[in-house]
Amino acid sequence: MSFEGVDYFNLDALLHEEEIAIRDLVREWVDQEVLPIIGHHYIERTFPRELIPQMGELGFFGANLPEEYGCAGLNNVAYGLIMQELERADSGIRSFVSVQGALVMYPIFAFGSEEQKREWLPRLASGESIGCFGLTEPDFGSNPGGMITRAVEDGDEWILNGAKMWITNGSMSDVAVIWAKTGDLDDAGSIRGFIVETGRDGFSASDQKGKLSLLASDTSELVLQDVRVPRTSLLPGSGGLKSPLKCLTQARYGISWGAVGAAMGCYRESVDYAKNRVQFDGTPIAQTQIQQVRIADMLTEITKAQLLCLRLGRMKDEGTMRPQHVSLAKRNNVNMACECARESRRLLGANGILAEYASMRHMANLESVYTYEGTHDIHSLILGHDATGLPAYN
Amino acid sequence: MNTIVCMKRVPDSATRVRVTPDGAGLDPAGVKYVVNPYDEFALEDAIRRKEEAGEGKVTVVALGPPETAESIRQALAMGADEGVLLVCAGSHDALSVAGALADEIRGRDVDLVLFGKQAIDDDNMQVPQMVAEFLGLPCATVVVGLEIAGRDATARREVEGGHEVVEFSLPAVVSTQKGLNEPRYPSLKGIMAAKRKPLEEREVILEAPTIEFLRLDEPPAPAAGRIVGEGVDAVPELVRALRDEAGVL
Repeated sequence: MSFEGVDYFNLDALLHEEEIAIRDLVREWVDQEVLPIIGHHYIERTFPRELIPQMGELGFFGANLPEEYGCAGLNNVAYGLIMQELERADSGIRSFVSVQGALVMYPIFAFGSEEQKREWLPRLASGESIGCFGLTEPDFGSNPGGMITRAVEDGDEWILNGAKMWITNGSMSDVAVIWAKTGDLDDAGSIRGFIVETGRDGFSASDQKGKLSLLASDTSELVLQDVRVPRTSLLPGSGGLKSPLKCLTQARYGISWGAVGAAMGCYRESVDYAKNRVQFDGTPIAQTQIQQVRIADMLTEITKAQLLCLRLGRMKDEGTMRPQHVSLAKRNNVNMACECARESRRLLGANGILAEYASMRHMANLESVYTYEGTHDIHSLILGHDATGLPAYN
Repeated sequence: MNTIVCMKRVPDSATRVRVTPDGAGLDPAGVKYVVNPYDEFALEDAIRRKEEAGEGKVTVVALGPPETAESIRQALAMGADEGVLLVCAGSHDALSVAGALADEIRGRDVDLVLFGKQAIDDDNMQVPQMVAEFLGLPCATVVVGLEIAGRDATARREVEGGHEVVEFSLPAVVSTQKGLNEPRYPSLKGIMAAKRKPLEEREVILEAPTIEFLRLDEPPAPAAGRIVGEGVDAVPELVRALRDEAGVL
């Protein structure tokens, strides 16, 4: 049985025909190719690498970037719908695609030279090369401007030194977009981006051990010890903290949609389970008031989040979206998805703790999504700053 | 090589269909429609053959209500070049559909006409053969392997207990069976490109049906099950019930 979707307010009527066709394609692909294997990968703590070539062939990577670089050239609503369907499977799958597209391909597209774009974008779009994004450091998470990774010029080369933490795709990447200071450590304006092949001397990646979330995802620490890269590795258009933050806006945009997908999956799982699970005198638990409140809450919150996403996507396409809009959507939708996953897991009773069902997997994953790409709290401060004009980050 | 793939839009097999109260047809509310799965093998074969040859054209022809255009777009997204939709409402018998398709195909420059072996909605399994007869072309049905060299074709057909190999020359009609290939997903680029491919829509009037359709009925509700016992002790009673009541042993 293919996934039914959740569309209580007939938002499909607001989508273009090809947006629906794209959503349905990814939906079917997820049903056929991902859902049958994802629970197993989660338990084995492996990323389903076997899906990468097909995702490349179908065009999931950097799908909203132009066709001339081998991408699908979709609008941002279609792109968002892809993220939604992928995260219905697992946040780890959506994270992989988000990182490859929004955090590796996007900075090369936005800040790279024509040569860099021609060299890297088609290979990343096809999945032939896998990328990661190195911004966060062990001691600099919410405050990336404090980073201590440095790049120093030496003749025709740059020498990079530093460590990056919580790097999705880190251990399986062929290439990393590394952010480093080219000036003094107190000069966030000197932050530049570099394209670093992971095979270079002095570059190492190690798997983050002991995770209890995003188990079907590669999360790694990167260490750069006197890594020499040619001058041409610098992304010439990058400059200052605003460059990596622009990338994060792209990724957070996708997360806003993805979270809705995870919530939709939990909602459907809850409704199906509740209608089939019979207790006491032959009554399905769906006919009890307590479960109906859960279901009504989920449906309401999902519908509100869907409206946010669609409007955000249209604004992104017309060029009126601001990063603060993305903060609002990311903050609301991920929190909403966390709540849906938790309530869904509870509705499923003891079965809810099994990998056979998706809700607890989503619940555990979404705690990471709540924290990464700007924590829920930081997005509160971004919105508070925007609403009052007064920054309260320190 | 030019190929025509005849395609039908059918209810998704995973969808829950309901018969209308008057028994006249299916209630369309909430029904998801898809490209007939057997037709996807035909489409995949045509598209692969074109890609391997680096030349040729794949034309999709479908007959049905205006919404069928959506399914043709899906075929175009997979890689077909152009679509023709013969618009007509209601359901029709195989002979009148085959006549309309043959009229559309006749006179076209075509080497191969492909069909799925049957549509999964009415399961009639008649149209490909009838179209071949109307066009006076050789016909191989239920094909799981197809090789073409020049104008000569060899098809492997699935028959009871094995395979039958037949030879014929092009142009010809072939109906495809599961096993011929693994149909691709349309790519995102394919979906975007499909918007720009030609899709011609034309009203057609079908010949009067030769079969009178009476009514559709829901399958009868299954009888309640019975527990005959537990564990090894239940075996004798189970065997007796299977032999004497169900008559299956």
